[in-house]
Amino acid sequence: MGDFLGIVGVSIGVSLAATAIAAAISLPLGAALAIFSFRGRRLLVILANAFFGLPPVVVGLVLYLALSRSGPFGFLELLYTPAAMVIAQAILAAPIMTALVHRASERAWARYGDELISDGASRVQAIPQILHIIRADLLTAVLAGFGRTISEVGAVILVGGNIRGLTRTMTTAIALQTSQGELSLALALGAVLIGISISISATVFALAGGARTAGSDEA
Amino acid sequence: MIEIRFLRALVGAVMALLSGPAAAESIVLASTTSVESSGLLANILPQFTAKTGITVHVVAQGTGKALDTARRGDADILLVHDPEAEAQFMDEGHGRTRRQIAWNDFVIVGPAADPAHVRGGKDSVAALKAIASAGAPFVSRGDNSGTHATELRLWKIARQDPGTAREKWYRDIGGGMGQALNAASAMDAYTLTDRGTWLSFNNKGSLVIAVEGDPRLVNRYDVIELEPQKHAGAKLGPAKIFADWLVSPEGQQAIGAYQVNGEKLFNPSADAPK
Repeated sequence: MGDFLGIVGVSIGVSLAATAIAAAISLPLGAALAIFSFRGRRLLVILANAFFGLPPVVVGLVLYLALSRSGPFGFLELLYTPAAMVIAQAILAAPIMTALVHRASERAWARYGDELISDGASRVQAIPQILHIIRADLLTAVLAGFGRTISEVGAVILVGGNIRGLTRTMTTAIALQTSQGELSLALALGAVLIGISISISATVFALAGGARTAGSDEA
Repeated sequence: MIEIRFLRALVGAVMALLSGPAAAESIVLASTTSVESSGLLANILPQFTAKTGITVHVVAQGTGKALDTARRGDADILLVHDPEAEAQFMDEGHGRTRRQIAWNDFVIVGPAADPAHVRGGKDSVAALKAIASAGAPFVSRGDNSGTHATELRLWKIARQDPGTAREKWYRDIGGGMGQALNAASAMDAYTLTDRGTWLSFNNKGSLVIAVEGDPRLVNRYDVIELEPQKHAGAKLGPAKIFADWLVSPEGQQAIGAYQVNGEKLFNPSADAPK
């Protein structure tokens, strides 16, 4: 039981941290991609959309080699720690969140951009205003990012090592149980994982209930 | 109560994120999968940690990968079971000491229907020949693990090379022992497994032990300490304490005491290596 709660704690802790880091980058970036025009902007937008399908195991492998003691960032001593898992998952979640925020920001900017600028806002100042207008879409973006992180197994098993009590998450525990032929236990753990994902999404939706109606006319 | 434990775990995870590696002394043990999936390490490590305060973080990978992990400097100590690959690792100068801690044996398992008629035999090589000539499905780990290496040695003695020949009945799954057993169970195939994983495996389906007791099927587990000159970054001090504990009377007793369903999985052998 202690093991189980620890595994759930690591899963949620790592996924929330990764989602928060990815959001801190992706929200302003997504809006900026809609508001500013600069060389390479289109490329960034294409990349963000393409990286929806970034294979987690490849991200895990590249990060593994980077964080290895014989790799360029080995001195950080991060391999096989939760921090390495957070980095991997943030890399996986950021493109999804950036692309979703960008798409919503583009629509909002087309509609309100001139108005915001004529009110005297600079383009930098317009970023938080656009984000405020599309706040209902931000919810979708953040939850999509969280969903990517909590359900992921390929990257976290490589950089985390599935260490009991330290880096074992629900997904890696399911993989382990399956490999021990404990299929019903693995399935039960899977049901719990789905339950937790649903509860977190539902909670976030409930907490942000006001935003849903306020932002719905921008869709 | 449950909430408190959960919160503690959550806070612990966040703290670990903030502080990087845990402040308390810990080492990374790269190991073969069998010592983890059989439950051995989960059973004996708490005793070691209680005595020394050193936490052992187990990364279970299969012997080939574990040795590579140590070569790259990402492990502090090794627990593996492929004598030939280990000898090479030592020759390359990566290892300082290599000591046997326990042995058990490999067995060939297969469907109860036994299409190759090998059940009850002792000769593993004759059994592989019979499986090959019957064209009965055989699952190979194909993952460069100690068990895979043993399997390949047996095929070599049998003068067969079904992997290279791409025989249809030879299914190379590229996975861990549990995955191989799951696959064999689903496909009614034969496979080579260590006895520890087999005994603790819970999805046997129609699989039963077909061949056991061949001296060629002895499975030796060694602990390897790393060479300080090549692995200055590794935590060699606490790693040595762990290695010494494994071969000490106390560690050996802990290994020998571990049972699943009343069966002893590992025979301690530090004093009399097999």
